[in-house]
Amino acid sequence: MSGAVQHGGGGPPVIEPGHTYASVTDKISSIVLSRRTPMFWVFGFFASFTLTMVLLYSIGYLLAKGIGIWGVNQPVGWGFAIINFVWWIGIGHAGTLISAILLLLRQEWRTSINRFAEAMTLFAVACAGLFPLLHMGRPWLAYWLLPYPNTMALWPQWRSPLVWDVFAVSTYASVSLLFWFVGMIPDLATLRDRAKRKGFQIFYGMLAMGWRGSALHWYRYETAYLLLAGLATPLVISVHTVVSFDFTIGIIPGWHSTIFPPYFVAGAIYAGFAMVLLLAIPLRKVYGLEDFITMRHLQNMAKILLATGLIVGYGYVIEAFMAWYSANPYEKYMIGNRMRGPYAPIYWSLMLCNIVAPQFLWLKRVRSSPPALFGIAVVVSIGMWLERFVIVVTSLHRDFLPSSWGMYYPTIWDWSTFVGTIGLFLALMFLFIRFLPMISIFEMRTLVPEARQAGMQPVPEHSVAGDEG
Amino acid sequence: MSAQPIHLPRVYGLLAEFERPEELVEAARRAREAGYRKMDAYTPFPIHGLSDALGFRGTKLPLVVLTGGLIGCATALGMQWFSATIHYPLNVGGKPLASWPSFVPITFELTVLFAAVSAVLGMLGMNGLPMPYHPVFNAPRFAFASRDRFFLCIEAGDKLFDTAKTRAFLDSLGAREVVEVEE
Repeated sequence: MSGAVQHGGGGPPVIEPGHTYASVTDKISSIVLSRRTPMFWVFGFFASFTLTMVLLYSIGYLLAKGIGIWGVNQPVGWGFAIINFVWWIGIGHAGTLISAILLLLRQEWRTSINRFAEAMTLFAVACAGLFPLLHMGRPWLAYWLLPYPNTMALWPQWRSPLVWDVFAVSTYASVSLLFWFVGMIPDLATLRDRAKRKGFQIFYGMLAMGWRGSALHWYRYETAYLLLAGLATPLVISVHTVVSFDFTIGIIPGWHSTIFPPYFVAGAIYAGFAMVLLLAIPLRKVYGLEDFITMRHLQNMAKILLATGLIVGYGYVIEAFMAWYSANPYEKYMIGNRMRGPYAPIYWSLMLCNIVAPQFLWLKRVRSSPPALFGIAVVVSIGMWLERFVIVVTSLHRDFLPSSWGMYYPTIWDWSTFVGTIGLFLALMFLFIRFLPMISIFEMRTLVPEARQAGMQPVPEHSVAGDEG
Repeated sequence: MSAQPIHLPRVYGLLAEFERPEELVEAARRAREAGYRKMDAYTPFPIHGLSDALGFRGTKLPLVVLTGGLIGCATALGMQWFSATIHYPLNVGGKPLASWPSFVPITFELTVLFAAVSAVLGMLGMNGLPMPYHPVFNAPRFAFASRDRFFLCIEAGDKLFDTAKTRAFLDSLGAREVVEVEE
């Protein structure tokens, strides 16, 4: 978390000049502590809350009627529920990548985007988690997934990737929550000390747990934070790997493939960075945070988007190549059916969105234009959703026996549940930016020029007393 | 201090305010050289070298995290092995009951989960948090410790502590202001 690492080769700065410890603190905390709630917040929250109500209504109807209200049936039993699950959980991955992996790689530009990217992770995982639960048919028995002593003397099936998924996703949600909260403790103390209203003082005071910025506390805090980052790094890779196991452990054509884990992880980061851009571009604009979320951040994210987009593109090519090279008739038919079958328009739209669209990011002009980046991020988000649609539906709807082929058409309830989770995600995001600091204040302090002059980077060993690390 | 009348608040220590982190690190180093041991610094962000200057030696936190991880690993493996071979053996296609490769994902996840929870609880526990009350918050300008000021507190419990002498010492370090913190 040290500041003052030299900027790699020029380009825009990670924080605009002229800021001090105090200005950074006041600017970010005023967003939360200001009495006036901005109009766009009210409208945005109202709109997303309405969609959340649509979600609740859809869930209520689902609980009353059962999953027959969805388009799923034989042979396509997974449908939107699994498509949306994989899409949402993938989006979450960018948050952990930014907060953990970029921290370990000492990428100081992560500082101003890590907090809300982590919040995005949490909310995306919350949306993702809903789908498998609702898809079970009897969600009130969801606790059967957990190993607990029960009168039926039953255990989960340890050899099933679906059970691995339960552990992977719940661990991911828990660790992301811990990481996010621990990262926020010093900032909550800042808000506690800045808040004027009694209610806010108590609210932030309880959350800050009496943090007082003691040097010894900071020392243990940084150790814990680094260890959490080290733990979250393999975790995030394992989560989407396990999600891909849901597919690869099966023998369905198009699923039973060793490329899935790396290609799923790259796809997750790809979709996630698109979502970070979708959130960061409007946020910096409406809250006037261009000083903190600079063009440097947008450009770096665009580069990661391009790189992961190329990995995903490689995955598509290898999928098609292996289907041909394997000489397996079912695999061959599967890829031909994707390209020319009834879902071919979706397959080709996916190629357009995920392979063609990011190529514009090679141009520096596109990388430096927030509207263009926003547009590409929208296209990539749609593309990643289509990818999961193609994987789930085209493999299931025509597998081995032509007599059991069929078509899958989503119903209005599939759509309302999906759109509803977008509302839930945005509503949680709106609440987050109103009540919690969306940029890590204490880490921003280490980036201001004062801290750089003071040499806040690992200080020369002037003392023999201590042995850090 | 036992000589003081009972109704007077007891002194927790002397709190010196600095404007720049490097002044604080220097002050902490000089205070330690002068023989003070019971002291702490309060800063708005982690300052490398400050813990050295105050004479802190390492932390056992990594050990706690390792232990947590090992417990998680053992719990997961033990649970799966016990249920698959003893409590509910299920023959699937003649495969071995203790099919350990299938146990790897859950073992990994629980290792990470237990280690992460130990890291957070260990850090909070060692730091004594949550702590609803602490005397340093009585200092009027202490709220700036979470904004842009850097504080050094020499506690009254220190052997060398003497209100007048310690105050003079802190003044000599270039403190912007030195205040007495009540217990």
